[in-house]
Parts: sequence; C-alpha cells; structure tokens
Amino acid sequence: MKFTLSWLKDHLETDASLAEIVERLTAIGLEVEHVDDKAGLKPFVIAKVLTAVQHPDADRLRVLTVDTGNGKPPVQVVCGAPNARAGLIGAFAAPATYVPGIDVTLSVGKIRGVESHGMMCSERELQISDEHNGIIDLPEDAPVGTSFAAYAHLDDPVIEINLTPNRPDATSVYGIARDLAASGLGRLTGGAIMPHAGQDLCPVKVTIEAPELCPGFALRLVKGVKNGPSPKWLQQRLIAIGLRPISALVDITNYVTFDRGRPLHVFDAKKVAGNLVVRRARDGEKVLALDGREYTLTPEMCVIADDNGVESIAGIMGGEHSGCDENTTDVLIESALWDPITTARTGRALGIITDARYRFERGVDPEFMVPGVELATKLVLDFCGGTPSEIEVAGYAGHKPMIVSFPLPEVKRLTGIEVPKEETLGILTRLGFEPQGSGDLLKVTVPSWRPDIDGKADLVEEVMRIHGVDNIAPQPLTSHDAVNGKILTTLQVRTRAAKRALAVRGMMEAVTWSFIPAKHAELFGGGQTALKLANPIAADMSDMRPSLLPGLIAAAQRNADRGIGDVALFEVSGTYEGDLADQQRRVAAGVRRGTAKLEGSGRSWAGNAGPVGVFDAKADAIAALEACGAPVDRLQIEPGGPAWYHPGRSGTIKLGPKTVLGTFGEFHPKTLDGLDASGPICGFEVFVDAVPEPKAKPTRTKPKLELSPFQAVKRDFAFVVERTVEAGTLVRAALAADKKLVTGVSVFDVFEGASLGEAKKSIAIEVSIQPVEKTLTDEDFEALAKRIVDNVNKQTGGVLRA
Amino acid sequence: MGAVRPNEESFAVNATAGNLEALEASLLAEIAAAADEAAIEAVRVSALGKKGSVSEMLKTLGAMSAEERQVKGPAINGLKNRVTEALTQRKAELKDVAIAARLAAEKVDVTLPVRQSPAERGRIHPISQVIDEIAAIFGDLGFSIAEGPDIETDHYNFTALNFPEGHPAREMHDTFFFQPDEKGERKLLRTHTSPVQIRTMERQKPPIRIVIPGKTYRQDSDATHSPMFHQVEGLVIDRSANIANMKWVLEEFCKAFFEVPSVKMRFRPSFFPFTEPSLEVDIQCDRSRPGEVRFGEGSDWMEILGCGMVHPNVLRYGGLDPDEYQGFAWGMGIDRIAMLKYGMPDLRAFFDADVRWLSHYGFRPLDLPTLFGGLSA
Repeated sequence: MKFTLSWLKDHLETDASLAEIVERLTAIGLEVEHVDDKAGLKPFVIAKVLTAVQHPDADRLRVLTVDTGNGKPPVQVVCGAPNARAGLIGAFAAPATYVPGIDVTLSVGKIRGVESHGMMCSERELQISDEHNGIIDLPEDAPVGTSFAAYAHLDDPVIEINLTPNRPDATSVYGIARDLAASGLGRLTGGAIMPHAGQDLCPVKVTIEAPELCPGFALRLVKGVKNGPSPKWLQQRLIAIGLRPISALVDITNYVTFDRGRPLHVFDAKKVAGNLVVRRARDGEKVLALDGREYTLTPEMCVIADDNGVESIAGIMGGEHSGCDENTTDVLIESALWDPITTARTGRALGIITDARYRFERGVDPEFMVPGVELATKLVLDFCGGTPSEIEVAGYAGHKPMIVSFPLPEVKRLTGIEVPKEETLGILTRLGFEPQGSGDLLKVTVPSWRPDIDGKADLVEEVMRIHGVDNIAPQPLTSHDAVNGKILTTLQVRTRAAKRALAVRGMMEAVTWSFIPAKHAELFGGGQTALKLANPIAADMSDMRPSLLPGLIAAAQRNADRGIGDVALFEVSGTYEGDLADQQRRVAAGVRRGTAKLEGSGRSWAGNAGPVGVFDAKADAIAALEACGAPVDRLQIEPGGPAWYHPGRSGTIKLGPKTVLGTFGEFHPKTLDGLDASGPICGFEVFVDAVPEPKAKPTRTKPKLELSPFQAVKRDFAFVVERTVEAGTLVRAALAADKKLVTGVSVFDVFEGASLGEAKKSIAIEVSIQPVEKTLTDEDFEALAKRIVDNVNKQTGGVLRA
Repeated sequence: MGAVRPNEESFAVNATAGNLEALEASLLAEIAAAADEAAIEAVRVSALGKKGSVSEMLKTLGAMSAEERQVKGPAINGLKNRVTEALTQRKAELKDVAIAARLAAEKVDVTLPVRQSPAERGRIHPISQVIDEIAAIFGDLGFSIAEGPDIETDHYNFTALNFPEGHPAREMHDTFFFQPDEKGERKLLRTHTSPVQIRTMERQKPPIRIVIPGKTYRQDSDATHSPMFHQVEGLVIDRSANIANMKWVLEEFCKAFFEVPSVKMRFRPSFFPFTEPSLEVDIQCDRSRPGEVRFGEGSDWMEILGCGMVHPNVLRYGGLDPDEYQGFAWGMGIDRIAMLKYGMPDLRAFFDADVRWLSHYGFRPLDLPTLFGGLSA
C-alpha cells in the first residue's frame, strides 16, 4: 500500500514530521517498507535560458547561457534539445548532480570543444515521465532559482507500507490516517461525504443470480459527462504511487480505491446492452479485459454480464468492451461487494493482480458501498460535469455489527501491562469501536471496516498496538519445577550422538532433500502412491524418500563430478515408510566413496589409502550404533542385505531374531546405474529408533571394578575350515569354549591357498585368557586349548592347522 | 693390543714401585685406546683375569714378609682398583657412543606430513549446529525439545491452528499435498512446525515449555527460499505467561544466540492466524560492512521472527480452556538465523552437500555448543 505524505494530510491534521509518522506507522503495526522522500530531485533548480547560439562544430547542438538564479553569474551549457531556445525556463542540473534518468553524475566537461557547466533536463532524465522530445519547458512565471521539484509538486514523499492480510481498513489513506490519529499523532479529517439527489431512477437494473458471491451491488448513472484528463494534483498523486493517469473517470475510480479502500468500476453506459446481471461465469466463457488480454473463465468465477455477455470479472478487472474512453458521455458507476475467497481464487487462477482484487480479497467495508458511489459522483461532477441518477442498490441486506464481550483485565492478563480504563476506551473509540457498559466488562461494537475482529484477544491487540508495544517491559519467566524435566528425549540424544560420532570418523554431515526422484525411491523399496506428492516443485522431487542412501549416493556423485571423488558423507534424519506419524523413521546413514577411509584418503608417503569397501561401511554402522547406545557386544551380523546392496558384500545388523538395527555394504551395480553413480562406494543405514530404550537405572553408581591379580595371557590358534564357514561363527565358538577364562577373540589372519585343500580357508585367531582364581598351569592351558579346538571343530568343522 | 707390553714375568717377580707405575700407565693407556666392548674385555682379562698381570702381582703378596706386604699390598691393591674403575668408566663411555651412533642412524625427516585426524576432517552441518545451540539456550531456560512428523494432516497443519477455509496457504501453490485417500482426505507436508504445538497440548497438560526444531516445506524456490527448510518454534503455556514474559524470553535468546551482551529488539504488531495479539520482531544490526552483519550494534533493523499470544481457538483445538490457560508462541527460520549469524549467502547451498561448502561452513565434530564453553567459541 503506497501513498504520499500530502495525501495522508488530507485526512490527518498533524504537525508530526515525516520521520515521526514513519516511526509511528511501524510501531502500530503498519510496517513501513520504503520511504521515497524525493531527495534525488532536490538538486534540480528552475533556470532560464538567456541566450542560445549554434555550436561551432556540431549541427545539432546549441550553446546556452543559463541564469540559475540567486544572483549567481550565468553559466554556459551545451544542449542538444530541439526546443532549447532563449527565454525557455526549465530544470537545471549543476555539475556534481546525479541525474537518475541517465544514471550519470555530472561533471564539467567539453562537448565538441565547448565547455558545458551543467545540463538542462528532460522529464525522462528526471524519471518523472517518459517524455524526451525536448527539455522541460515551464510557464513564464516559474520562479528561477527555486526547487523544480517543489514547483512541480514532485517533492511529496511516498510511503509504502507492508500490510498484513488482516487489515483491509488500512488499504486506504483514510484508514491509515484513522490509525495514526488513534495513536495520538493528529486529528482525523476529511471523511464526510454528502449524498447527491438523483434526477431519475437508474435506468440500468441489476439482478444478482449468485448472491453467495455478491452480497451487495450499487449502481448510478451520470449522464452528460465530459471525460478529459483529470486535474494535475490527482494525476500527480497517482503517478507518485505508481499508477498511470488515464482519464478523469478512470482516475477517479483509482483515487477512491486508494483514498477510501473502495474499489469502483465505471462502465460506458452507451456500450452496456440491457440490464446487468451478476452470475457465475459459464465454463469456457471468454472476456477481453481492460489489460487487453483475453481470459477464459470457469463457473467458480463471478462476472457482471449484460446482453452482450461478460462485461467485467467481478472484483478484479473490467472488460475492454464497456470501458470508458474520451468519448464517454454517460457513465455507470459500480460499487459492489464481492466474496473474498472467490476473488482471491479467481485472481490467482487468471494470474491477475489488481488494486481491486487486493482489497476485495481482504474484505472491503460493506457500509461504504453506497458512500463510495457518492464520493465518486462528487468527483465526476467536479471534473466532468453531468447529471446523476438515483442509486440502484441490489442484494444488500445491511451490515450486522459484531459485538464483542470485553473484560478490561484481559489487557493485563495477556500483555502484562496495565492500561488505564480511560485510555483503553479512548483508543477503541478513536479506532471506531463503540464500547458500552460500566465496570470492567464492556460490550464493544466492532466497526464495519474491521472484519478481522471477532474476540477479546483482538481487542487486546488493538489496545496494545495503539498504547505502544514498547511500553511493555520484559519480565522474566519464572521457573516451573513441573517442566524442568529432561530437555532431550532418548531419540534426540541418540540423533545428536550419532551425528557427532560419524563426524569424528571424518565424515561430513549432509542435509539432503526429503523428496527424491521416483526412480530413486523405487530402487530403495519406496515409490508407493501414499508417499507421492500431488504437486512436486520439480519432477525429480516427487517421492518421499524410503532411505537416506539414494540422496547421499547422488550427493557423493555430485562431488565426484566436481572433481572430488574421495568423499565421506552422512545424514541423520527422517525416512518415510508411510504417511502416518509413526511411519516416519529416524535413520543414520553414510556413504564413503573413492578412497575416503577413516584414516584418510588418497596417496601418502606412509602408504596410500585403498578403495573403500564393505568393512568401512560396517565399521561406520557399528560406530553409529555404539553412539546410540546399542548393546554392541550382542549384535549379530548376518550376511546379505536389501536388494540395493552387493549380495556378497553386504550385511544386516540384528539384535535378536527380529530387530533389524541396520544394514551395510557395497552397492549392487544396478543400484549405482539407476542413480547414475559410480564407485568404489559403500554405505550403511542404522535405524536409530529401533535401538531399544535403555533400562531405567535406580542409581548412577557404576558397578564395582574387579581387577584380577593374575596376569592375562594370549594364545594363537589357526584353523582350517570350509570356505563357506563364517568367521563370526568361529569366533563365537572360541568365546563359548570357556566363558569364564576366555575374555576376547580377535581374527588376525584369513587366507585361502592350494596348500589348504580345495574350497578351504585358514582363519587365525588370538584368544585372550584371563585367569580369575589362580595362575594357570601348563596342564590348565592344555585343557583350555583342547576345549577351544573341540568347540570350534564342533561348531564349524574346522581343524587346527598343522 | 699392539701396545708395548713389559714382560709379565719380570713384573711378577719385581713388583717394584717403578714397575707398578709402568704397569698402571700401560694398562690405562690400553683402556683409553679400547675402541669397543671386545677390546675392553681383552684388557680386563689381561689385567684382572686369572692370569692377568695385576692378578699375578697380587699373588706375590702371599710370599712377602709382613713388612714388605705392608708397603706393597696397598700399592698393588690401589693399582687394581684404579684399573677396575678405568675399565668401568671406559665401558660406559663406549656404550654411550654406541647408543649415539645407533640413534644417529635412526634419524628420520620429521617434517614429513602426517594424516589429519578424522575428528578434524569431519563436519557437522550448520543446521545441526544451530539446532544444538538453540537447545543449549532454551534447555537452560527450562524448555524441552519436542518433535513431530513431517507428513501432516490438514487438521494439525491448518484447521487446529485457526487457518480459515480458503486461506491462501491451503492452496496447492503454497503447500505440498499428497494424493487424496479413499475418504478424500489429503495429507500434506507441514508448512511450519506449529502442528507440534497441538500434538503437545493434546498429550501434556500445562505447564508446557517446549521448543520445536524441524523440517518444513513450502512451494518456493530462490536464493532465500527453499522447498524444504528448517524452522524452530517455541511454546509456553501456563496460567500467566504473557507478552512481557515473551519479550524477556526472546531477548534472552537473541543475546545468547548472537553472543552479544545486549541487543535492541523492535516488536511490531503483526498478524498470524494462530496468535492474537501477534507481533513481528526486528533485531538491531549493522550491515554497513559488505557481506557481514553485526548484531547488537548499528542502526539497521532485520526481521528475525514472528510471535504472539496463542490464539484462543488454537488453545481450544488443543483441548485447553482459553480462560484458564494462556501462553505465547514464536517461530523463526533455522536456516535464516544460521545465515545471519555465520554469513552463508545462499540457502540453496545448504542442501547441495558440496564438501567444499561443508568444510568451510560446517563445524568440527567436537565443537559442541554449550553455555559454559561459549556457543560457537
């Protein structure tokens, strides 16, 4: 919403400065977005050309001597304008002036060898119009040496406010003035409107066939008008707020739209055939609108039609056919009420943004429908003459005011400040509310221009914003034992821990899109209809991701395409198994590409990093699970994973037979093909929300530390087993051989070779033994070794290597 | 061994003072000349071994008269002690030399680079870091962190938050929808974290003090808008929480978050469907340096959040009586405040996973935001 300072002062009698007004507007909720104080035009002064002679070296240039006033000696100016002549009075820019229309700061220079000390300007050079056929040519009485902007009334500051959608009353200069006056910044004036007696009934009748879209319609004919340009002051105001003056009749509708927030439409009565009807558009019905474009309408849209067809898109834009022009002699002034939602949807569907739509979709004051016609009538009669008819009013049932029950202590309850009753009543009254009743409980009648007010909290806001939000001093929030519980849930703690744990492993946290291409989703078990967006922002952002891996693999590939092939990325975020609240999972996932190993990537004098593989992913997965508090010593690793992994180089991490905590591995070549990605690359996913909640502990005391006085020892064993035997089984067998004495088993060598026999392999383990009751004798060791060898043989068929 | 060596026999027989001196000088010279442990050992055997020159001389003591022994005994024993000591000392010297030689041979070029610690290479995304900063600040103020699903119903995202039918946010051009189900109901991607307000009210009786960080989605895409972004929202509900308390909470937060001792804030009346009264908050800043924003100084204002008293209808939808309970809520963009604080120019880069960007704007894994250690120090 734009307006000028002088326009505001039509309705606000005030001594306040521009700065004070701007500050107050923002403070009361009418946020000032921009102020153009026209400072750019200040340097231009009115000057008179004393002499004009032909430039010695250029046919199209003249050399002027110019009197810039204030007793200063005349200056020499070289000028190319065809109308430059002795005696012309125009706008002069001295050297060092910035000329906005040519984006140049002037300096003294020579033009074809003749010095020029400034410039006589055209309107375009000052950016006040497109006129550039010559320099500005002012009347003879223009005062030389004074400000051109002031003389031309171009120094009126323009204020633009960013209006919240709940304030239709502030789409008018008058409404803004009312708010400022209520806040004590002046007195509201210029609101009175005198009705005009009509000569006859309005000859054009209105039928409302769609009353749900049009709760009222007023129409008046003014005969015998002369439609020329509107007065200069009106044109200047419209130009200042960015509108193009067209003709008096059209300019009047724009003026009333901004002055009182009351959009109007004018029809050329001679072009209207028969009576007017307000109805829904027929499907596919077309109208050529005033912007010169043809629109195709649907039955969700409301139109005004006559015997010729659609003459106007209700509340948005009139039709070209019945518009007013310089030949208009009889004008129909329309002031109607339109359904806000229909107006908004129609405008959006047709892509039309107009000042009328802006107001109707917020809701215009129903009680100003008829006064709007009267105000327009007055201006038409003033500018164009003519004879008005009676006003034809259709469909309007009158406004039933909202009455809000308002306990005065509500202000203190919600804001924390005490506003005296007198002040509260004064604020409400100045805003147009009618408070009634004595004591602390008021009945407040809401004015017709405030459809946003429907409860006591709204009235608290009115009192607060006018009293001043700055008057509310901050008050500490006192502590509440009842809410000082745990700050984070277990899941939140684990999410954070997983992120830090993976980052410590040299991985970088990515945040990738929750929606991925359908093809990627399908590769990872997703793609179901319930998780497809009906209106994705792009075709490749259509499906809610079933896994974090496709996004991470694609991200790793993007980095590789930029020349950085060794990347380690992770993400801890949501995946979607369905559209219900409990079908959103919390997953930690990561990928390593190229040689992005834990220790580092690429070549080094101390040893080059090799390509990443399944065991890198496994280590990451287990680290993430550890950080989440999973019981790492009880995890089972099963070979193989979901279809997107390499079947022989992937694994599934389980806790018990049912709970899957994660998967890891290298990827299936088809998966990488489908993602347009290449390896070496491996990855993992860990289901953070599947890790069991920790048991509630009655104490934070740790169990007592028991240290054995006997020295621990290590013994090596090498077994020859079938190639298909899993190392995990062998390790478990060794551990189980003596649960008391055997405290650890590590695998330190695995190899296959012809010497071992067909389809055999050797697994070498180091067994840690911790005596607990006594130092073990050689016989004890023999016995333990036998138990280990026997159990391994029983569980795996393996035999001790000779 | 090639040193001149007096005849051992003659020494044995003639342990005269002159002979002792000559023997001692000869042995000490041999010891000093010994170049390794083997040479030292040879000297020791030749002097102190069973048949060594000093041992032989000691043997002559037995045959001497008491008077003679009184004179020669200390002289010979003195010789033995001095030779023994010289042997020990020389041995230690040689050992030091040997160690020094070995160490010299073991020298490496310590300027060769080592691999960077993984903990230095890894990065936490700025969004996670800022969420942790927010949790540290509000945790200290007695809030807990609440979360909710991204895929929401129209009820939780709009209706229960007092969005009227026909509100533009409910249209396809603003909000991501899923296909309608059998009942014609269509789920959506939440456009704000506010649905968690309702979900919390349904689950928990006041007092409520929560902050809600999370992903949010809108149909928007340019340098400062992304179809997926992050919001954090706060909610306080009890029997007395008011705008004065809200101002205090938000001022405390802004000071702590932007890590400045004081900051001017401007509360402007505004409008949101789910709060009444509603306010927008601008924060004082200095934008005079290109590409840099300083908070708590300067004369510019920058909008950072929206807030207000929870609308009575929202309390009712949450199952609370608005005449009994009251409270306030606020919301702001996590990505936005991250950009303001840390100076990333383009929101789109947040979601591109470019490791150059992550390395530059990300945080080291062990930089945990705490109030005692400084949020970002």
